[in-house]
Amino acid sequence: MWSRRHPVVTWQLFLRASALQKKRAVLTIASIAWGTVAILMLLGFGQGLRDQLMRGRRGMGENIAVIWPGETSKVWQGLPMGRSIRLRIEDVDYLRSRLPDVQIVGEITTWSATLRPGTGRTITGRVTGTNWQYGVVRNHYPKPGGRFLDPLDEQHKRRVAFLGDALAKEIFGAVDPVGKALNINGSPYTVIGVMQHKLQMGAYGGPDEDHVVVPITTLAPQLGRQYLNNLVIKVARPELMADALARLRKALAATYRFDPSDEQALGVWNTVESSKTMENITLGIELFLGIVGALTLLIGGVGVANIMYAVVKEKTREIGVQMALGARGRWVTGTIVLQGLVYTLAGGLVGGGIAMVLVALLDLVPVEGNQALELLGKPTLSVPIAVATAAILGLVGILAGYFPARRAAAIDPAQTLRYE
Amino acid sequence: MNWPFAQRDNGAPEGTNGRIIEMRGIQKVYDTGKIQVEALRGIDLTVERGEFVAVVGPSGSGKSTLLNLLGCLDTPTEGKYLLAGEPVAGMDRDGLAEVRNRRVGFVFQNFNLLPQLSALENVEMPMLFGGVPSRQRRERARKLLEQVGLGDRVEHKPTELSGGQMQRVAVARALAMEPDLILADEPTGNLDTASGSDVLSLLTELWRGGATLVVVTHDTALAERAPRIVEMRDGRIVDR
Ligand SMILES: Nc1ncnc2c1ncn2[C@@H]1O[C@H](COP(=O)(O)OP(=O)(O)O)[C@@H](O)[C@H]1O
Ligand SMILES: [Mg+2]
Repeated sequence: MWSRRHPVVTWQLFLRASALQKKRAVLTIASIAWGTVAILMLLGFGQGLRDQLMRGRRGMGENIAVIWPGETSKVWQGLPMGRSIRLRIEDVDYLRSRLPDVQIVGEITTWSATLRPGTGRTITGRVTGTNWQYGVVRNHYPKPGGRFLDPLDEQHKRRVAFLGDALAKEIFGAVDPVGKALNINGSPYTVIGVMQHKLQMGAYGGPDEDHVVVPITTLAPQLGRQYLNNLVIKVARPELMADALARLRKALAATYRFDPSDEQALGVWNTVESSKTMENITLGIELFLGIVGALTLLIGGVGVANIMYAVVKEKTREIGVQMALGARGRWVTGTIVLQGLVYTLAGGLVGGGIAMVLVALLDLVPVEGNQALELLGKPTLSVPIAVATAAILGLVGILAGYFPARRAAAIDPAQTLRYE
Repeated sequence: MNWPFAQRDNGAPEGTNGRIIEMRGIQKVYDTGKIQVEALRGIDLTVERGEFVAVVGPSGSGKSTLLNLLGCLDTPTEGKYLLAGEPVAGMDRDGLAEVRNRRVGFVFQNFNLLPQLSALENVEMPMLFGGVPSRQRRERARKLLEQVGLGDRVEHKPTELSGGQMQRVAVARALAMEPDLILADEPTGNLDTASGSDVLSLLTELWRGGATLVVVTHDTALAERAPRIVEMRDGRIVDR
């Protein structure tokens, strides 16, 4: 009978206490809610930014390197230095046979092609001729309703064109370009796809959203070219890149007779290496957000502790009266703990709700085209973070209330009641 | 009127020989750090069931200290105290809480009502701690408030009541758990003469109804109504 009385009395005291201190209750709940919102948004934006950085880093292609021909800087097998190296379209097949584990594509590029649609705006733009594997290597994914180049396009030298999304908009406006005709330097092509918008942080030649991609087998004869502007290679995992590049260099050195140790003969942009820098930046951002988050939590904790402490101090006399009327210490401290728990729950729920509303509102802001906003991304709300934040703030509040309440309940009621 | 005491068998608990209070050699020293105040210097006091005792004496003589010890609101430094035959000294905190709840009804000079609760809720409070079911609690509190003449004030907050009315709420609260002993520390000290004598009549009426009453007072009018007067001086009980 006694044991069943504890929760009942505590609950009743809690109901009375909450009615008494409505303002305090609202303040405490608001503090916990505010702390939860602040932390959620802060870490949410941090996560969003990190995700976007990762996506941006991958935008150009993951685990890729770009190789372009250079000039020899070393004498080799009786040949002088200063010779220009030129890569041929057939080198792609040759290299694929030598490096079967590596995806290899070649590119030829013209920067000033005349692009004239059947209906729409005629502009001057960049056209890249390449192999069909380029789509995977360089992350060119078609929007629904279109496709990228396929093996048959390359094999049959089809006049098909895949457009960057920004370029497609510039030429065709709101009209869906897929299936439409596009004249490139006077030759008729058919648009087969438009690139899905992507965040791209690295580029050579220009951003992918601004170029036209066509089969290399079509563009090379049209332009009368036989040399590649560059190669792009992709390995399965970042740690394989150094070895792949070494083997590629050796293979080309044998073909074009230059010293494999000649750094100038081939230019290489190894994105795996630059992504390490990016990882460090990301880590820095995370660390910064962690520190700011901890400080926010600290300030929130101090606020909540302050209120709960005041709640109990205000109640010291009340506690004395209750003790004089026969309350047990446990009931008094239990009430404070229950208050803390309920405030925490309410604050956490309110905070989570507000954060969700904020995120929903932010979702309405258009970001496409605005690089800064796009990079900031969408905050990603995390339930565990919300729970942890509210729990930490609540625990701080409970502790701040529990100890003075316990002290008030532990001394003889005569002492508590002596002072007005 | 039907006071709870009148309805009960007025016999004292077994083995107490009718004694509600039995104090032997009680001392209380307040240790304030720098100085030690000897508030009580050896009190022997016996109160029989149904007695009405007035405690008088100059300010600082230890009256409140004595009353707090009687009500188990404080613990003695030295000495033996049997409350309704039960030794209080060996009790743990929960045991003391139980004694305060069931055996003692305390009326304070400054009322000590919980300010944001209604008169009814204030009277209910001891019964909440005593485990009285809520329905009974409410009924009983309402009845007690009617008996002290506040039947039309049950939903009022203390701030909406006069001093005399507040003290009557406090008396109703003291009666809630049908205590063996009612203790009042200068119950009229904060009241004007008229409402003071109201409360006084109420207490006297309680005693007539069978209550055991110990009242600390400055008020000679009150003291004169009590058949027994205990006078204190300097922490001791003196003969009159
Ligand atoms: N909690 C306390 N701490 C220190 N001294 C106290 C305390 N309570 C009472 N005293 C002292 O004990 C003595 C008796 O006080 P009290 O019992 O309140 O006297 P009375 O009620 O007769 O005026 C006084 O000297 C008072 O200052
Ligand atoms: Mg006094």
